[in-house]
Amino acid sequence: MKKFFIGFAFVSLLIAGVLSYFASGDPDGLDKTVEDTGIAEHAQEHPFSGSTFADYALGGDDKFTGLAGVLGVVVVLGLSFGLFWLLRKKSDA
Amino acid sequence: MHMSDGLLNAPVSVVFLVVAAVGVGFALLKARADLDDRTAPMAGLVATFIFAVQMINFPILPGASGHLLGGALAAILVGPYVGALCVTIVLVVQALLFADGGLTALGANVTNMALIGTATGFLVAVALRKFAAKGKGGLAAVAFVSAFVNTMLAATGFVVEYAIGGAGGVEIGKVALLMWGLHALIGIGEGVITAVTVTSVASIRPDLVYLLKGNQKPLEVRS
Repeated sequence: MKKFFIGFAFVSLLIAGVLSYFASGDPDGLDKTVEDTGIAEHAQEHPFSGSTFADYALGGDDKFTGLAGVLGVVVVLGLSFGLFWLLRKKSDA
Repeated sequence: MHMSDGLLNAPVSVVFLVVAAVGVGFALLKARADLDDRTAPMAGLVATFIFAVQMINFPILPGASGHLLGGALAAILVGPYVGALCVTIVLVVQALLFADGGLTALGANVTNMALIGTATGFLVAVALRKFAAKGKGGLAAVAFVSAFVNTMLAATGFVVEYAIGGAGGVEIGKVALLMWGLHALIGIGEGVITAVTVTSVASIRPDLVYLLKGNQKPLEVRS
């Protein structure tokens, strides 16, 4: 059982840390839609666009996308595992 | 599919912040029944996997890409309530840590991807459950179709929100056509990723696939 969980976590780390360098930089379906229709002109700058890890980079340098990805994996795993562990029914109840 | 702030007007953004809060609150109440010592770690890993895979934009047309939304994937593996929470956590971390998806837009983004995507993906998967029980091919097909529908309806969420109170007054038919056309292609990618992921988990740990619960023969306890 442990082996499966460790494997699953490792796959996520590999995807976020390595495969992320090969992701397409083109706009996604919603971004493409709002760009092509001009709706995007109304988009506001993200309040945190100047933050350290904005846009999955480090200080705007996307050489560090993999590092941002690994950080995201750790943060999401920590938050979600913590929340779900607290919410769970105790098995010995 | 993360919209920035400003694409929807302020009142509509607030309405969907409330919708998202109510939906996530409901999921929090219902999730408990689906979480135990075994499924809680699995749910954490599903959220993590969705975060990782959402980083991988795949090309769909020259100049356009798509990425996994994850609603059907999460619902099939950990159920609709826990699944909605998984996608919500991903969206919150993306908005706060990576400036991906606006803050006032977070309600609409959660509504589309975490609530609509997960709920519709789950409903389709449950409707087709008897095929999923027929083996790997059936499960893959059910996962694909659920994920495709989850993508199209999450896209429809944006179309509806834009129709209610979008910025710029662009003709809604034009927005809908672009959204549906592009997401029909993205939905194929979502379907393939979901099918591969769900069948991989099912081949190693079928007991951890929520949709297959009740299909396994109970373990016989021999005394």
